[in-house]
Amino acid sequence: MAFYGSFGLVMALLLVTAPVALMFGFGGAMAARSHFLPLRWFGKGYTAIVRGVPDIAFFLFFVIALDQGIEYIRHKIKCPDWDMPIRQGNDFVVCAQAKMPLSSSAAWVHETYSFALAVVTFAIIFGAFAANVLYGAMRAVPHGQLETAEAYGMSRRQTFWRILVPQMWVYALPGLSNLWMILIKATPLLFLLGLKDIVYWARELGGSKTQIFAYPHPDWRLYYFLGLLVFYLLLTRVSEVVLGRLMHRLTRGQATMGGMS
Amino acid sequence: MNSCLQTIQDYGLRSIGIGERLLPKSDFTLCEQFTLIGSGLLWNIYFGVLALLFGFFLSTAVGLAKSSRVWFIRKPAEWFIFIFRGSPLFIQFFLFYEAFVLLPKLGWDINLGFAEITVETRWLTRAWLGALIVLILNTSAYAGEIFYGALKSIPKGDIEAADAYGLSGWTRFRRVIWPTMLRLAWPAYTNEAIFMFHATTLVFFASFPAWGQKGDALYYASYFADKTFNPFIPYPILAMYFIMLTMTVIFFYGMVNKRLNRHLPQEKRRKLRIRPQVIR
Repeated sequence: MAFYGSFGLVMALLLVTAPVALMFGFGGAMAARSHFLPLRWFGKGYTAIVRGVPDIAFFLFFVIALDQGIEYIRHKIKCPDWDMPIRQGNDFVVCAQAKMPLSSSAAWVHETYSFALAVVTFAIIFGAFAANVLYGAMRAVPHGQLETAEAYGMSRRQTFWRILVPQMWVYALPGLSNLWMILIKATPLLFLLGLKDIVYWARELGGSKTQIFAYPHPDWRLYYFLGLLVFYLLLTRVSEVVLGRLMHRLTRGQATMGGMS
Repeated sequence: MNSCLQTIQDYGLRSIGIGERLLPKSDFTLCEQFTLIGSGLLWNIYFGVLALLFGFFLSTAVGLAKSSRVWFIRKPAEWFIFIFRGSPLFIQFFLFYEAFVLLPKLGWDINLGFAEITVETRWLTRAWLGALIVLILNTSAYAGEIFYGALKSIPKGDIEAADAYGLSGWTRFRRVIWPTMLRLAWPAYTNEAIFMFHATTLVFFASFPAWGQKGDALYYASYFADKTFNPFIPYPILAMYFIMLTMTVIFFYGMVNKRLNRHLPQEKRRKLRIRPQVIR
């Protein structure tokens, strides 16, 4: 039954990650537009690096890096009088109170923690993609609109929030829906983060024997993976249709190709 | 410095099975990490280049088939694109691997004239062939869609002009349609190529076993990260290698782009820019 639950896990991840990633992306795009140079460098660098490197490398990197970062900070706060170095050869040692999550805590805490790590990792990576999309969208808003706002005496901040942001979504939507598709297609990578997701269960249940027990059936992994394939196909197909409808609705009355028709 | 040369000799080609058998176990030096991850990159280049090469022809065929007017040519192409674009590559790797494992173990002798080789189905379960096939199919689907879109946006006037010159059939395709299609599709296709190289890192993480620890760049990077529990060295190295690889891809595709656009007046030529908002 955990197999069916893991479908829920995937959907939960999608639903939680999408807004968080959008927020990250918004922040990134704002940083990239900033007039403060270091912040702009940060925004551009963030998007450029995440784009140039395979995302799977980031998945593997961020999970360990975040975990160690959190433990390091907790270690600094909770055990100030710890005198041994943290990196001892090939080990990363923090005091027992700083372990995250505490080794004494229940199993569900561990699972929630690793899920949260996965969400943050996904959000960082897809935030970068989203930042690119939103950055492009902000530039696509006709310049006349902004000039008009200025002529009305709006401040930069007002122009940004009242004129630019409401208008940019139409331009961002094709990119964002593309991003949503990619996010869907990236969810099986959860498996690599050590979560018991659908790929994990498909392997476990489909195999003729696992660590725990041997199933009476032969190797069914092929069929399980076929099932997963169909699941993903359905998911992408449905989102394609829904996003198409949304696009149709949003372009109504806009001065773009879609809106004219 | 000398020991680093030694390391390069030992591990430079480790990923294809030449050199030391055992990977370093402890006290990793920077040099070892650079060398091994770099040697793993050979696999990424191998997969990427071959998949793009074969995928190019297949995707042209797929793109053409999708724009065909005959339904029994069009439908299979549409389904092919739908299935491979609609599902995660990761799942495709798993699925194909399991399917290849179930194949009966057969072997055929093929006489090449100068040498006789035995083609075995067992090869399909190995990464160098099995994963390559998956990558080829995957990239053909994505690029097929790109080429299809480009075919649809060829200016009508070009084709009418070709008709007026009396070109038809193969000549018209070879001289007018195909070059224009490539020219229009090229920026998007460059993007696809970059993603293809990134996708090659999935091979050894999706069920294709790395026999004898002959893996790709990410495989070695995660090996180091596991052993040292310190992700801050191997992954940045990997990132550096991949950024270099991406630059190289952009360079080569930029050259082709220049050639494809050489007949256009100077100001109309579009320079190949990385358009990060275009994602596959």
